[in-house]
Amino acid sequence: MLHTLPIGGLAELLASKRLSSVELTRHFLARIERFEPALNALITLDAERALAAARAADARLARGESGPLLGIPLIHKDIFCTDGVRTSCGSRMLDNFVAPYDATVVERLAAAGMVMLGKANMDEFAMGSSCETSWYGPVRNPWDTSKVPGGSSGGSAAATAARFAPIATGTDTGGSIRQPAALTGITGIKPTYGRVSRYGMIAFASSLDQAGVFARSAADAAPVLQAMAGFDPRDSTSVDAAVPDYVAALREPLRGLKIGLLAEFFEDLDPKNAALIEAALAVYRSLGAETRAVSLPSLPLSVPTYYVVAPAECSSNLSRFDGVRFGHRCREPKDLMDLYERSRGEGFGAEVKRRIMTGTYVLSAGYFDAYYVKAQKVRQVITDEFRAAFAEVDLLIGPTTPTPAFALGAKVDDPVTMYLNDIYTIGANLAGLPALSMPCGFIDDLPMGLQLIGPHFAESRVLNAAHQYQLHTDWHERAPQGFA
Amino acid sequence: MSLTLQQVQKIARLARLAIPAEELAGYVTSLSSIVEFVHELSHAEIGAALPMAHPLEGLRQRLRADEVTETDHHEKYQANAPSVQAGLYVVPRVIE
Repeated sequence: MLHTLPIGGLAELLASKRLSSVELTRHFLARIERFEPALNALITLDAERALAAARAADARLARGESGPLLGIPLIHKDIFCTDGVRTSCGSRMLDNFVAPYDATVVERLAAAGMVMLGKANMDEFAMGSSCETSWYGPVRNPWDTSKVPGGSSGGSAAATAARFAPIATGTDTGGSIRQPAALTGITGIKPTYGRVSRYGMIAFASSLDQAGVFARSAADAAPVLQAMAGFDPRDSTSVDAAVPDYVAALREPLRGLKIGLLAEFFEDLDPKNAALIEAALAVYRSLGAETRAVSLPSLPLSVPTYYVVAPAECSSNLSRFDGVRFGHRCREPKDLMDLYERSRGEGFGAEVKRRIMTGTYVLSAGYFDAYYVKAQKVRQVITDEFRAAFAEVDLLIGPTTPTPAFALGAKVDDPVTMYLNDIYTIGANLAGLPALSMPCGFIDDLPMGLQLIGPHFAESRVLNAAHQYQLHTDWHERAPQGFA
Repeated sequence: MSLTLQQVQKIARLARLAIPAEELAGYVTSLSSIVEFVHELSHAEIGAALPMAHPLEGLRQRLRADEVTETDHHEKYQANAPSVQAGLYVVPRVIE
């Protein structure tokens, strides 16, 4: 039952030579072979490359090297460039794109000895909340395969929940790590904007995008984030600040921790969801934390603000896909304009086209001030309100999603209803704050997430608070039936 | 706040997206609902707030030293291009 062990336990077995990374890698590859047809969580599986990386890790272990991640398998979201391996971003546009270099995240985790098994399915260009916009077909939720796993990093989340690997990477622009983590019963952290390099991570909305980690616990996520985080001169928004010891911080007691409860998060909350949050808060109070009400009056504007800012940046970022230098090209273009229009029209799916057009509209002459500039002002107000709240409390706690996983196909025809799935997660992206989701119970036999939001660069505190909760509860140890 | 078919056609043209005629009506509906949704911002009370420039207060875009750091990888990069000749990207004739 290697797939049930925490990565600390696996690292011990590897260090003491009771297990090799090749054996561990084969164990997870066998699980993928068995369960992947039911889930469609992966776009690319590369067993040969994985076994070569595992042999290299075993050689490092044999030389006496050690490390918390050396020889541990992982799955990368297919948004991260991987040298020599197809990097599709879930799009027909990049179906034939073989990345010519590694993303910093990929490079750093490989240097730490992690073994990439494959690339995870995702909403096309990370635009979606259900993993249904992928060119490679929808991902299914291992807790109920008639349900979505959330998105956009739904393949990474489903793969972690189904124990395809102990760790997967993801990206979070409006909730794309936390929402799927919640809907699949695992732990996912989005760090502070600028904490992890965006180099080699295909851009959606550059002022919001941030890479993070999926794991089964905060204790497993901490050493992975440690290895990913830190200054990278190749990303102009990477922050040049020391990375604290996340693993050491896990053990800090929570006595005296001041937890803020956002009034705006609880106003229309489903009573079953509210009961789960209340039960989690009772655990925190029993550990010596205090709770108090705080308010961010402008928070209800976060979803419309996001759906101006993110499409605007998307329309600009995705202009690079022109059918000339890489990606899909239409057949027999009659002139250059036809080449651009048809290559993009054919290469992008409907949701990506909707967002590009929304962005084009809000940035166009006559609408720029009314939409884009206004949204950036509201974004500043929301950020200032978060800052004021963190002058009073150490951490904000609330729900991650309004509901558990919904049925495949239930919301695909109504973009605005789909967008409202991210109502509790978007605020942290607008303000650039670190935030985590972890399992806190079930509604109708489907997992629900508890969200922890911290001030800028407080990843230690967020992981610490999550770990202390997980020491006193066992929601994070529940596995979907059939995948145990 | 609904968009017209002509507006959507113009936006698609600006965005360099070929949209088949039979799909246009669907985009008119969905884009109109999105525009209506974000129009809520027009009622926002924001006082004298300035547009946000960076999520982290006081941080500015870093500049790098003006030094050559990249070496020539054009063959590897152009392996992804749909059409290349003699190291150049090939597109339909632009100048008659």
